[in-house]
Amino acid sequence: MVEDGSIFSQLLVDRLNYFIYIILLLIGLWAMIAKNNLIKKLIGMSIFQTAIILFYVSIGVKEGATIPIYLPEHDPHGSHLKVDVNGSEKMLPPEVLESSLVPGYSNPLPHVLMLTAIVVGVATLGLALSVCLRIYRGYGTVEEDELLEKLEREDARNTGRPRRRRPRRAPSEKAVATEKLKSGNPRPRQSRTNRKGAKAGSSEGTRNDSTKSVTEKRKTVRKPRKKTSPKPKEDNS
Amino acid sequence: MSDHIVWIVLFPLMGAVACALSGALSKKLCYPISVISMIASVWASVHTMMQAIESPVHEISYILGGWSLDLFPRGVGIEFRADLLGALITLVVTGVGLIVTLYSKVPVQRETPGKEPMYYGLFLLQICGLAGIALTGDAFNLYVLIEVAALTGYGLIALGSNRAAAATFNYVILGTIGASLYLLGVGYLYLKTGTLNMVGIREVIEAQSLYDSPAMQVAFVLVLVGILIKMAFFPFHAWLPNAYCHAPSTTSCLLAPLVTKVMIYVMIRMVLTVFGVEFSFESTLWTEVMPWLVAVAIVCAAVMALAQREIKRMLAYLIVAEVGYMVGGVWIYNYYGLIGSIFHVISDACMTLCLFLGAGIILEKCRTTHFDGLRGLFAKMPLTMIGFFIGGFSIIGLPPTCGFFSKWYLITGGMVSERWEYMVTLMFSTMVMVVLFFRLIERIHLAVDESGKNLGKGHGDLGLTEEQTRFDEAPLTMLVPLLIAASIVMIIGVYNQEVVDQIEVFLRAYNLPTGVSYK
Repeated sequence: MVEDGSIFSQLLVDRLNYFIYIILLLIGLWAMIAKNNLIKKLIGMSIFQTAIILFYVSIGVKEGATIPIYLPEHDPHGSHLKVDVNGSEKMLPPEVLESSLVPGYSNPLPHVLMLTAIVVGVATLGLALSVCLRIYRGYGTVEEDELLEKLEREDARNTGRPRRRRPRRAPSEKAVATEKLKSGNPRPRQSRTNRKGAKAGSSEGTRNDSTKSVTEKRKTVRKPRKKTSPKPKEDNS
Repeated sequence: MSDHIVWIVLFPLMGAVACALSGALSKKLCYPISVISMIASVWASVHTMMQAIESPVHEISYILGGWSLDLFPRGVGIEFRADLLGALITLVVTGVGLIVTLYSKVPVQRETPGKEPMYYGLFLLQICGLAGIALTGDAFNLYVLIEVAALTGYGLIALGSNRAAAATFNYVILGTIGASLYLLGVGYLYLKTGTLNMVGIREVIEAQSLYDSPAMQVAFVLVLVGILIKMAFFPFHAWLPNAYCHAPSTTSCLLAPLVTKVMIYVMIRMVLTVFGVEFSFESTLWTEVMPWLVAVAIVCAAVMALAQREIKRMLAYLIVAEVGYMVGGVWIYNYYGLIGSIFHVISDACMTLCLFLGAGIILEKCRTTHFDGLRGLFAKMPLTMIGFFIGGFSIIGLPPTCGFFSKWYLITGGMVSERWEYMVTLMFSTMVMVVLFFRLIERIHLAVDESGKNLGKGHGDLGLTEEQTRFDEAPLTMLVPLLIAASIVMIIGVYNQEVVDQIEVFLRAYNLPTGVSYK
């Protein structure tokens, strides 16, 4: 089946690297587009970038070539030791690296470029993971369909249309901002939604006109907060 | 001394480090440090521009690391080149950067309290990356700088609300796909030509006449598709509206005018300098196909802009439409189209800046940018509204503003190439923008509510309370940058011939059809 010149031989023997890089590239692209979990998307992104690194590294490699460091006789900055047939040692000046000898070295440039690309890839992945963390803290999910649902609901809630009830004055806003600063609360958004939930509970309570239900409902509102908040602490310990 | 070209990038870079470190001392230091480093950067880019105009070959070259051209062949060492196009774009990048830095004092304190050192650090790095993109003469270095600009951009957007973080995620995924495709394309270019220097690549292509090489065709498609994703060309625009709409207002003021425009500059650079006119326009099918894609893009983006009820989101879709204009100006393939495209990059940066600064001020004062919250704003903030509408008129293309002249060249180019689909959609989009902005003017000046019902008693009565119409302008640090931006829009419009002269000097080196033989 694997004969010289056939398509199988070309794909599996001659150009195996390029074949694999295309497959990896497509796997990565598919994961980025089709996967539902955000972390899986990022894994896909990593595979995608790694495929390109494989491609570049394959460019630089040559059959039978050595690593791109001067062989002793080619080092322009030093002399090299040569042992004669008789066993006597001689110091010789450096030989000129003829252009016919250059194919003996593999090409270092693509490899060096990939060092930069790896750094870029790491930075992108780190940033994307931290964005994921914020999404998880803000919305409590890293599944895309659940996230989109929540985002749609949020967008429908605040369309940006001005609310008539809220002609807040500037100083009070400033005071809120400074309060947040002092408490060092990293999640102003979530606290706002919680406050809203508490308000909703209290208003329903007043409608029922019974103090018991108010306290009960407040408890039910607060309970999940108590449950969720210690979790990360446990993880930390 | 020709070192100014490096200082353009180095001043913001050092400023970024200084800002990040100064956070330990005092957060109030960040703003002055950023302003000073941006002023220095603008000074360096003005100097570079002057040098490029005065030099006999109209370009300045600086090879980093001492690999001078006298001792080593071209392609050893990374080159910074500023021809007239690069110098113009650099000037736009640093100028817009300076104006937004001046503007940033109040909104940054309000929107990202306590994070100023990080914010200004990322902000200056962003400008550093964008200016570097405009200056570099090395295809791989361009990739690195694109990623520098992109990563800082993700950070700047995600510093907003949680909603902004969710929008950033899409941007990260699509931006990475775009940049990686570009990187892959550069790999094929290197494989075929053996050099990464932009001019070097073109020299090899022309010397070995690689016009029909399949590897080069693959490289061309990969590079350009990557850049099209990065510039939010219509089918790939999905990341842009949410990212710009939910970002902190200073971020959208910086990113919206610059990022997409700089990517269009990269496309022009790739088409003209790297692949060469003959390869890009003659041996690919892009000149046949692209004007139609552009036509679809412009129509779709304009219609989507029409559907928005919020200023920032509407402006985001306008940017997508404007990207269509500029891409079309390149691919209709003639002299005037390219003049129009380059001039539109410059003027669109200025007018988008104007609009986003205005929207930022409205957001700051009214806490909303929804159309319903704008009633009677002219009485409250006349200067802001004048600045905002100068930007709007420029987008429409009214004569004294720069938008008119760039659109004029684009339409001339469409006529010379007989690309009627491009011309018609350009006209259609102009009509849509007239509707968009005059609808805004109606909201702001007249007392008409959502259902079209007149709330006032007529004769200038807006039906508003005394408090709502009282003069209440934005703080000076926000107002002055907006007025500067608006006056720049007018000045470039009035002195358009000076700018076009420089673009023409740049384009004369490339053998582009002028359509003079056309009856």
